[in-house]
Amino acid sequence: MRLLEVILPLATYINMRIVIAKPGLDGHDRGAKVVSRALRDGGHDVIYTGLRKTPEEIVRIVNDEDAEVLGLSTLSGAHNSLIPKICEELIENRLGGVIVFAGGIIPERDMENLFRSGVRAVFGPGTPTSQVIDFLNEALIRKQNGNPIGVGDDSGWNWND
Amino acid sequence: MGIQLESETIRDGIGMTDISELLESAKLGDRRSLSKLISAISESDDPPRINSNAGWILGVTGPPGSGKSTLIGQMVRAWASTGEYVAVLALDPTSPLSGGSLLADRIRMEGDDLRENVFVRSIPSGKTPGAISPILWPICGALSECGWTRIIVETVGTGQSEYRIAALVDRLLLVDGPDRGDIIQAEKAGILELADVIAVNKSDLPGASSAAQHIRSSLSLASDDNREVVLVSAKERRGIQELIEIIENSKPQKTRDKMMAMERLISEWDSFLVSHPEIDNILLELCNGSITTKEAIEVLVSSIKDGVL
Repeated sequence: MRLLEVILPLATYINMRIVIAKPGLDGHDRGAKVVSRALRDGGHDVIYTGLRKTPEEIVRIVNDEDAEVLGLSTLSGAHNSLIPKICEELIENRLGGVIVFAGGIIPERDMENLFRSGVRAVFGPGTPTSQVIDFLNEALIRKQNGNPIGVGDDSGWNWND
Repeated sequence: MGIQLESETIRDGIGMTDISELLESAKLGDRRSLSKLISAISESDDPPRINSNAGWILGVTGPPGSGKSTLIGQMVRAWASTGEYVAVLALDPTSPLSGGSLLADRIRMEGDDLRENVFVRSIPSGKTPGAISPILWPICGALSECGWTRIIVETVGTGQSEYRIAALVDRLLLVDGPDRGDIIQAEKAGILELADVIAVNKSDLPGASSAAQHIRSSLSLASDDNREVVLVSAKERRGIQELIEIIENSKPQKTRDKMMAMERLISEWDSFLVSHPEIDNILLELCNGSITTKEAIEVLVSSIKDGVL
């Protein structure tokens, strides 16, 4: 008797190295962990940094891990100073090709400033994790087509628009 | 779900020809190149042999939760402050379902993210069974070639990988916790035999010294076994310096050479097997019973004989 066809899940999906970081003095990381888990289940390699990292430490981790994507989670209200600083230091350290997104408590009025710094998506509370994965897929397609998407690229594009 | 694309373009076009170029600039101390070099080796189907004996490799194994990462964090700090160049390769399992991984060992290696002479890289175990991928050899070789003098490889902490890691490293440290009963498991699996030094971590908790005593008495069953069992507390930073001195002065286990050759062979064989172009079809045929395991092996081996691979 012929058994059921077995379909092996071995399609050659692109699996990206993604750093999820918690910058600054902020002790809440449920959101960062949920996103990390969702990205892992989406087939990516996720490196979670743990709490209270300085911008310098985060940039160092992105470099040493050779990550293609950086996700920053902040709930402390310090996003306006920390996130642009991280973006600047990524560019200074020849990491301008890294795709940066942010999440946490970030009011809409602050988003434009982050987009100008090179952040390509901002996710607030209640975002389905599938949206983060959709964003990454879109970002990858843009990158493959040669469209500017890295933090150091001059790009008018962001996911939220 | 991920998305199907050409990986070359995604990786800013890092190809195999770039490996030697990256190695050259990494040797000059360029951190960005070192990091890219490791990625390039990881993604290569046929990673180059980078043979260098300059670096010294320490394997760290032990059951999950015994405190390997925290202890490594403290050892890195101690070695780095004496001017050693310390690189850590932290292995974590890849999910067999999604192919993704969550690499969180570095959370526990606090405080050294900014030293020039510390480099921490998380490595997903990938598709290779037993969690030791053959890419570890060239990666260790590359780090060594680039002047990293202390290379620490942390294992996933379970299963067959512990055997494999023993073959790769210059010294193997086994970490256990107080009275977990795990040391009996280690003995069963033969890991205790392979370790050059044994550390009982969490000496700040009750039961640590009796756990160390159990291990010592187990070792004393062999008359010529004079391996050290060291009590440490990574959390309270006690016993770290002593542990480092003992590791540096330890002698490798005698049976190491043959075992190293054996494990390298098995590891290469495994990766040959899982990357064989016919593997999916062979697995399907095995599933529906149209061929036997023995026939499957014959098909795989004949492809080598015929010069297909």
